[in-house]
Amino acid sequence: MSASATPVSAPAPHHYTALGIDSRKIAIWAFIGSECMLFVSLISTYLIYKGRSIVGPFPHETWTDPATGRVLKPILNIPVTSASTFVLLMSSLFMVLALAAVQNKEKPKQTRGERILGNSKLWLWMTAMAGTTFLGFQAFEFTSFVHEGLTIRTNLFGSSFFTLTGFHGAHVTAGVLWLVTLLAIDYRRGLGSRDSLLVDIAALYWHFVDVIWIVIFTLVYLIK
Amino acid sequence: MDTHASMTNLPDSAEAHADAPHAEEHAHPTWSTYWKVALILALITVSEVWAYYIPSFVAGRAFIPTLLFLSGLKFAIVVMFYMHLKYDHRIFRVLFTGPLLVAAITLIGLMFLFGHLFIKIM
Repeated sequence: MSASATPVSAPAPHHYTALGIDSRKIAIWAFIGSECMLFVSLISTYLIYKGRSIVGPFPHETWTDPATGRVLKPILNIPVTSASTFVLLMSSLFMVLALAAVQNKEKPKQTRGERILGNSKLWLWMTAMAGTTFLGFQAFEFTSFVHEGLTIRTNLFGSSFFTLTGFHGAHVTAGVLWLVTLLAIDYRRGLGSRDSLLVDIAALYWHFVDVIWIVIFTLVYLIK
Repeated sequence: MDTHASMTNLPDSAEAHADAPHAEEHAHPTWSTYWKVALILALITVSEVWAYYIPSFVAGRAFIPTLLFLSGLKFAIVVMFYMHLKYDHRIFRVLFTGPLLVAAITLIGLMFLFGHLFIKIM
């Protein structure tokens, strides 16, 4: 249904299941369940290939290239990745605040704090910016890896690492685009409590991307 | 944590779901709960990274189980409080934990199959 054909406060059409649950919410949870399978297959591949690369650079160990004598340090940059992990975790907080702001849109805001917490545009912006910052960290990491000699074709670690984190980055990118569309709707006609399901579905996707990174950060970066 | 709180959207959501008589959903947490959860998540992340920089701990047997536990804890906290699985209809729990369980069993099975995990027999 186009926005021009819909009155500003008209409720979205409901698609309830026999359980009384909106079928769109069932769909997003089913989608998230299938995404669990996808990411576990990628994580499994990474773990199976872990420690089986013949040539470096390696994630946690120093390697000397026998042909050139060049010494390659452990390639993972834990401080940078820790910072990006923190940013993504905080983006989940911003997202849930955006959802709460949309759900409570019609409630009167008495104090300045309530007005800030009830500003859905602010929190959607913050979430999108945090997601973009995370992608910036990832772009920096990928670029530095390539400069240090690790590409997707260098070794088993490179192949599985870039595939896993690249897929995750693609999901974050999709999430940022989704947030931008919500922001556009919010600027165009304002998101109200009747739109809370739209934001809830986007929030579920965003939090899922966050929890996947929680697992990746531990299994790929921290465990040697 | 004060979960069933004043700043939720009970009247609005009740209206929005008026034609959904069987929906089994509880009020979502408050803003203060969300901030507390974020603080807990940040503290767990700091302790994970801190543990990574303690060589004696990294060399010990407790390192990997500790990190896996902390990671699992963060995962569960986000899913329960931010994704509202603790408060929403139980069908969502089934839809999420079912595939997650299958995925986890597959992962563990593959780890055994490719020799990353061992069971000592005698």
